[in-house]
Amino acid sequence: MDAQHLYPYFLRLADTSMTMSQRLSEWCGHGPYLEEDVALTNVALDTMGHANLFYQLAVEVADDDVTVDDLAFLRDAHDYRNPLLTELPRGDFAYTMMKQYFVDVYALLLYRALTESCYQPLSDVAKKALIEVQYHHERSHEWLKRLCMSTEEAHQKMQKALDDLWFYTPELFETDAGIQALHEQGTAPDMSVIQSEWSSMVETHLAQCQLILPETGWVATGGLQGEHSEHLGYMLAEMQFLQRAYPGCEW
Amino acid sequence: MSNKLYEVFIRSKAGLNHRHVGSLHASDDKMALLNARDVYTRRQEGVSIWVVEAAHIASSNPVQEHEWFDPAEDKVYRHPTFYPLDKEVENM
Repeated sequence: MDAQHLYPYFLRLADTSMTMSQRLSEWCGHGPYLEEDVALTNVALDTMGHANLFYQLAVEVADDDVTVDDLAFLRDAHDYRNPLLTELPRGDFAYTMMKQYFVDVYALLLYRALTESCYQPLSDVAKKALIEVQYHHERSHEWLKRLCMSTEEAHQKMQKALDDLWFYTPELFETDAGIQALHEQGTAPDMSVIQSEWSSMVETHLAQCQLILPETGWVATGGLQGEHSEHLGYMLAEMQFLQRAYPGCEW
Repeated sequence: MSNKLYEVFIRSKAGLNHRHVGSLHASDDKMALLNARDVYTRRQEGVSIWVVEAAHIASSNPVQEHEWFDPAEDKVYRHPTFYPLDKEVENM
């Protein structure tokens, strides 16, 4: 198996989970009510667990002696490979749940496909993460329905979140030559198939929620090349502070 | 969307009864189940959850505690403890 392509691919998967988890964990103590506060941070912890598993896969195929902590806490923004969507500020609850729903459907379809990967360690990780993602998807799906179908104000906030986030979603399915090569080897799925499944699920659900898809707009890109929005740097500054200030610190 | 109070019951493993573990707030039955899963079963506490809106529980009146429950206090003969049991019957 070609480690040259595996390493950046695992970073792509890990960084996506890591940034999702960090943004979700910002809700700790700020949830709309106690039970939802607990639930949001549960999802954040699950998602950090997925990041940890994907970083371990990266460590196993790395050229040098890096650790999982090095990858999460000692890389700068331009080394991160997540799509721009997952690094955006958490926004309000509508914004958070809309983003969560988009990423949950993406993870559900992607991990399901990855369970068929011919790279056994990746297939094992995908099976483990898939069980949790199925629950995350059920949760964000139910929230989306409720937020869209309750008051006029809630519906407007969800429409606004959709308008702001929609053009960040195509980047989830972007590939490069390395990911294409992994697909040809049977390691990674065909992202165009995942994208069409995603669109069909999401667009059906958004229509049921009486939300209207925005027609045209700027489409986000750059994460795969390490070109990020300004938000990622600020997020990492907070997330990485302790390891940077006290190198090697453990607790 | 206003939240209602729910009571939560968890079956800790197959074959055991659902037991009351606490309460929570949720907008409806489905969200109550999801919240109960996240608040009460994250440490392998259970394999099944029941939630019921607290308003739907009919309850005895605490004011009547004495008249309802005290009469049983001095009637120990209602407990089946006065019968010699055959050795073969280990537990009853």
